[in-house]
Amino acid sequence: MIKTDVVIIGAGPTGLFCAHQLGIIGLKCEIVDNLDKIGGQCIELYPDKPIYDIPAVPECTGEELTNNLIKQIKPFNFNFHLNDRVQELRQENESWIVKTSNGKEFNTPNVVIAGGVGSFEPRKFPTKSAEKFDGKTVLYSIKDKSIFKDKSVAIFGGGDSALDWAIELSNISKVSLIHRRDEFRGAAASVQKIKELSEKNKINLFTKYSIKDVKGNGSLEEVEIKSEEGESKTLKADYVLGFFGLIMQLGPIAEWGLNLDKKTIPVNTENFETNKKGIFAIGDICNYPGKLKLILSGFHEGALAARGCFKYARPKEKYRFEFTTASNIIKDRLGVK
Amino acid sequence: MTKIRYIEHNGKEHIVEIQNGLTVMEGAVQNDIPGIDADCGGSMSCATCHVYVKEDWYDKLPKKEMGEDDMLDQAYEPKSNSRLSCQIMVSDDLDGLSVYMPEKQV
Repeated sequence: MIKTDVVIIGAGPTGLFCAHQLGIIGLKCEIVDNLDKIGGQCIELYPDKPIYDIPAVPECTGEELTNNLIKQIKPFNFNFHLNDRVQELRQENESWIVKTSNGKEFNTPNVVIAGGVGSFEPRKFPTKSAEKFDGKTVLYSIKDKSIFKDKSVAIFGGGDSALDWAIELSNISKVSLIHRRDEFRGAAASVQKIKELSEKNKINLFTKYSIKDVKGNGSLEEVEIKSEEGESKTLKADYVLGFFGLIMQLGPIAEWGLNLDKKTIPVNTENFETNKKGIFAIGDICNYPGKLKLILSGFHEGALAARGCFKYARPKEKYRFEFTTASNIIKDRLGVK
Repeated sequence: MTKIRYIEHNGKEHIVEIQNGLTVMEGAVQNDIPGIDADCGGSMSCATCHVYVKEDWYDKLPKKEMGEDDMLDQAYEPKSNSRLSCQIMVSDDLDGLSVYMPEKQV
């Protein structure tokens, strides 16, 4: 059990800046994120896209913004728990017990939910029949490629993951690549390679097709694909792989007894606390009159939520506002003179 | 104001007057029309405001910008008449536009 002042759910820009504000006012925090890297939507959805509305930063990419925020909180040495998701939230006396899917447990008076629109999960096939093979022979990520040796593998998708795996597996498997249109969004060099492999019959390429059905008694045997005109083809398949990017799912957050409005959590704008004492929500996931889904709004919300956390983390102390330019205590915390 | 017709997957229709300059996605969200999620808030970074547009209207809409088709690859059951509704700006020219929702967004 890790005891801390605050658990932050979500390592996107809002969660990171809230951590910074907690560090500034002398609180400790632990940060949990479902992704395998820090940065949230900025790093997962648009690492290379320029952002133009961060105050005093005329232009930066999602990746640059993330790296700068990581640098900004470095002096505080906060722990990150990546590839892990907060599963359960339970009240115990004045504390919250926070449990993650990897079995970690935290004891904290405060939880800040900075979870964006939820956690990222792979987008799955729309076909119902794919569900019973899910995780066995219908897969959305690859851990061990050796299982595909000498097997028939049908790969769906048009992005880099689909193309890279089609190229890679064409060495050891019989690969079909199926995509809904002629253009691919993957890197130009990979697209070129796919075309070459297709001409050499190393890959069976089916464009303008999508999945219709997967079939098999017990184990997967074949996959049926359809064109938009309704024409169907059946391909032999021991494995079906889908690479359609990630979607955001609210997930367990919906089960913690918080008031919800569609997929957002209503908060008060004084300290961004939810209907539960000691649970705060900031960034895209929170909702209040006038809410803007801007990164800069998330920063503001995080700064106020951090102050809100103070009174539960240090019930006997009075929070005193200080400027970073003037406070020696803050400079100490930042490790500057 | 421009009339837009939103048709849910179950056939239920919503005819709404939308202010010009908003997107078809914003029109749905502001009027609490179910079936359009718009998780990313309109930055063309997800595919949860996906709609189908009948051919006659599809051809009349301003063409897709770079990146929209890439996102549509990740939509639920995309077809050749699929659009992201956050990329369709409402104007007088769109009066009477009908958009059909997919069975679900994710």
